[in-house]
Amino acid sequence: MKISRNFLADYLNIKKVDFPQLAEKMVALGHEYDSYYRLVDASKLVIGQVIDCQKHPNSKKLSVCQVDTGDGTKEIVCGATNVAAKQKVVVAKVGAILPGDFKIKKAKIAGVDSHGMICSFAELGFDKKFLKDSDWQEIMVLDDKAPVGADALEYLELDDEVIDFDLTTNRGDLLSMLGMAYEIGALYQLDVQYPPTDYQENNESIANKYSLNVTTDKCPLYLAKLVENIKITDSPQYIKNRLIACGIRPINNVVDISNYVMLETGQPIHFFDADKLQNIGVRMGKKEEVQTLDNQIRKADENDIVITNNDEAIALAGVMGGLSTEVTAETKNIIIESAIFHPSNIRNTAQKTLRSEASSRFEKGIAKERTFLAIKRACYLLVKHAEGEVAKDMLKHDKMPVVDKEITVSLEHINRILGMSLSIDAVSKVWERLQLPYQKRQNVFRVLIPPRRLDLHIAEDLIEEVGRFIGFNEIKSSLPKTTIKKGMWDEKMVYCQQIRDFLIAKGLRQTINYSLVSVSDNKMFSSQKPIALLDALSKERDVLRTSLLTSLLNTYNYNYARQIKDINIFEIGAIYQKEQTYQEENRLAILMRGVYLQNKWQKMSVTVDFFLLKGIIEELFNYLGLQNRYTFKVSTINNFHPYQASDIYINNQKVGIIGKVHPELANDVYMAEFDLEYLYDIAIKPIKYKAPFRYPSIQKDVAFLMDADIPTAEIEKVIKQAGGRHLEKITVFDVYEKEKQKSIAYSLLFRDETRTLNDEEVLNILAKIINVVEEKFNAQVRNK
Amino acid sequence: MEKEIKQLKKDLEQAIAKVNDVKSLNDLRVHYLGKKGKITGLKEMLKELSVEDKKTAGKLFNDFRQEATDLIEEKEINLKRKALDEQLITEKIDPTLGATEIKTGSIHPLDRTIKEVLDLFVSMGYDVVTGPEIESDEYNFARLNLPKDHPARDMQDSLYVATDYLLRTQTSPTQVRTMEENKAKGPIRMIAPGKVYRKDDDDATHSHQFMQIEALVVDENINLGHLKGTLELMVQTLFGKERKIRFRPSYFPFTEPSLEVDVSCFRCDGEGCSFCKESGWLEILGAGMVHPAVLEMSGYDKEKYSGFAFGLGVERLAMLKYGINDIRQFYQNHLHFLELFERIDKEGHK
Repeated sequence: MKISRNFLADYLNIKKVDFPQLAEKMVALGHEYDSYYRLVDASKLVIGQVIDCQKHPNSKKLSVCQVDTGDGTKEIVCGATNVAAKQKVVVAKVGAILPGDFKIKKAKIAGVDSHGMICSFAELGFDKKFLKDSDWQEIMVLDDKAPVGADALEYLELDDEVIDFDLTTNRGDLLSMLGMAYEIGALYQLDVQYPPTDYQENNESIANKYSLNVTTDKCPLYLAKLVENIKITDSPQYIKNRLIACGIRPINNVVDISNYVMLETGQPIHFFDADKLQNIGVRMGKKEEVQTLDNQIRKADENDIVITNNDEAIALAGVMGGLSTEVTAETKNIIIESAIFHPSNIRNTAQKTLRSEASSRFEKGIAKERTFLAIKRACYLLVKHAEGEVAKDMLKHDKMPVVDKEITVSLEHINRILGMSLSIDAVSKVWERLQLPYQKRQNVFRVLIPPRRLDLHIAEDLIEEVGRFIGFNEIKSSLPKTTIKKGMWDEKMVYCQQIRDFLIAKGLRQTINYSLVSVSDNKMFSSQKPIALLDALSKERDVLRTSLLTSLLNTYNYNYARQIKDINIFEIGAIYQKEQTYQEENRLAILMRGVYLQNKWQKMSVTVDFFLLKGIIEELFNYLGLQNRYTFKVSTINNFHPYQASDIYINNQKVGIIGKVHPELANDVYMAEFDLEYLYDIAIKPIKYKAPFRYPSIQKDVAFLMDADIPTAEIEKVIKQAGGRHLEKITVFDVYEKEKQKSIAYSLLFRDETRTLNDEEVLNILAKIINVVEEKFNAQVRNK
Repeated sequence: MEKEIKQLKKDLEQAIAKVNDVKSLNDLRVHYLGKKGKITGLKEMLKELSVEDKKTAGKLFNDFRQEATDLIEEKEINLKRKALDEQLITEKIDPTLGATEIKTGSIHPLDRTIKEVLDLFVSMGYDVVTGPEIESDEYNFARLNLPKDHPARDMQDSLYVATDYLLRTQTSPTQVRTMEENKAKGPIRMIAPGKVYRKDDDDATHSHQFMQIEALVVDENINLGHLKGTLELMVQTLFGKERKIRFRPSYFPFTEPSLEVDVSCFRCDGEGCSFCKESGWLEILGAGMVHPAVLEMSGYDKEKYSGFAFGLGVERLAMLKYGINDIRQFYQNHLHFLELFERIDKEGHK
């Protein structure tokens, strides 16, 4: 919302107010602003009179003018097509500065000295949308009364300042100069003056020519007045200036008045060409089409309020007028509409068609008094600036109850919420500044809420007003007085944090990736159907991921493309799916690639492979209290290496996967993913003391030759069974394959925790092991 | 006897001096002190002496034998030390050569920031709470005093997955869920971090996904002074002991009064600098007193209870704290960016 100083000054005596300072003070009241600026950022522009104007000797397009600027006559070369002798014009003398920090200097133009510049309207630095072609080509020609030598911007009332406020959505009342006048008036303790509405009416009657039929309760108030014989022309300069300052493009005197009144009162009004209208109606749409002002066909359904003529929809109420009843250059008679439409219907209609200056005001609510004020102001201005003749009566549909809104609030309540100890007087002063009538009985206020303050409903709203004007920063800080209690962590979150910290200690970096991904990305490592957005921003992010792996692989690619080759990362985050209800499940994904440990000059390095990642995962499981409970099973996984992938099981439940990413996707990248919800739910044994070993162990090595496809996990299972309680540890220390056979060598550690084992009994156990393995796997023992 | 000892001592000293390795020394030891050694041989002479002389000569002999043993041992120590010295010099390294590269992990800066905030609030007795990211329209909006078609819904463009379900636009629904879980009774102190989503195009300052931390305190007699004190403690913990806060009135449908909270700039101590756009203040969060309608909708007696709530943007906090200028960095996960957060940080965050 842009506020013009000159505009505001009509309602509030702000002569002594410093405008930039005002902007800062408004921030303290809760009204932020985007910018403050002078409407025309130029200086030393004066009014001059062209005394003589001759063709330039060397150019057909240029003229050489002698211009009286009050302090002498200056020779100025001018390129405008309309420059002529006797004109009063705006002159930028040598030393003047035009917008864009354009300094005017003495210049030679096509061989003739030029001591300044005669300005066009466009040269004052307005946004293109406010300018007509002629504003570029032609210089501004002022009226004859313009005093030569005077400040041109001041004379044109362009010496204006603007603050562009970024208002909160609850303060619809501030979308008007009058509303702003009340707020700023409260700030500076100034009284608000209402604009004049005194005009003459003639004996014509709107009721004789037109009818009004409102059949929906979504339009509680509708007023229509007839203004005849209007003359369409340009608006007076002050109206144009103010519209431009407020960001609205001037069109002609009539259209401009409708916008001007809306800016002034906050009530959007609409003008119909009265000769294209007979029986005005307001009803809900019924799946019909409306051709709007912008020449578009819009659909109106039962939630849209429409204006009708002879029951045919001609406009989307409160959002946009219709093309068929538009005011044009030929329009002679107009009907003014000033009405209130239900905010949520307007909001709904505007959302699917267009958010306009009008709709944004309607959807925040309008005070009834403004509906009446606006129609009077429109008549007044049409009489004044368009020679309009106003019919004596008004079509009126008024089903809007006048409710005296009153809020009761006690001083104790105010102080209890603010944490302050304000006096009755201090609070009373706030009501007075805001021009809120009130009564007080003992320490209780009854505050009458004027219709303009649609945002005040409950005691707390008034408490906020007190806080705003006393200053929230006057509040003394303290801490809540309360009983001491332990702060509780979320256990699942703690579990995730423990996993996070473990992986960090192992040299991995935590990443956080977007939950929204593309369908094709999501498919790479998951066959689950993802939850899709109804109205996605882009195809890149239109479903919720069902696996974290693609995110990690994308992060890998991002880094790899930036010459980072050693990448050890993980993410702990949710995946999303819909079963009966929406499910969010925490997962852990790890990606590792490249060198894990190295010393180059010592020619030592450990590079990530399947088994390094497996080691990290096993250590993690051990850390989580799941020793000896997990198994790895050979598997094939989509987009993983066909012979380097495995499912991971705990208690016969698949909890995750690990493997090498398919070389078609990435080189030497290893990934794993786990379901943390399941891991979290597994009960684990508490840590319990166990005495350190007191008796020595005996180690025996044994190697077998067998079919290459038998996984070692199966062999170890058999060895373990055969080894019994004395077999403490099985370690594979050599594997090699040859002609579909493999040789696998185990180092077996035996111990008894109650005595020293002798070699003979160990050899007996070993013999048993060899026997069973040979038999079960059709294996041969090598070097006994 | 004395004469022989003197001669033998001289011989021994000369012999020891000539020895250069442990093996030769051992030979020498045998030669002098072995069973058939020269010194041991002197013992034979003692037998021929008188009792009186034997006494004197015996002492001389014993002293000499001890002295010889000591001399040889001393030589042995010297030889071993010399050998070790020679060994050590071959093991000489250049300590300025490159170390073995051991990978260092790192916590993501957003998680790090959340941890800092949560640690503080848990220490003050707040319970950590989580809520679903796919949230009902009811909890995300309606129960927070934002009925359908409320203009304030424009403040947060939403991503819907069904007519009544959306990706939560704020962590505030955890307020409602906590009050409900508490069965509308008794005090609440909760803190809830989590991901939220908005229908925004990503750029340097906007992200369709970001993180918030929500806090809610409900009790009898909670006022804005308590909010101020709590937030002061928080900014002083995060940004240094000297920080102050400033309240600016604002509007959120679920709080009344509503406030924007600024922290005094920690780069310039509030003097005004380019970081704070010369204002001396940095906007960090939105807060307010829980709207009575929100308390009421969650079953709390609004006459008996009041509460404060705030919601802060984790990215915003981290960006301010570390001087990060592009929100997308958090989700690009450039390892050079993540690397910055692998170390500790002490107070005085300039």
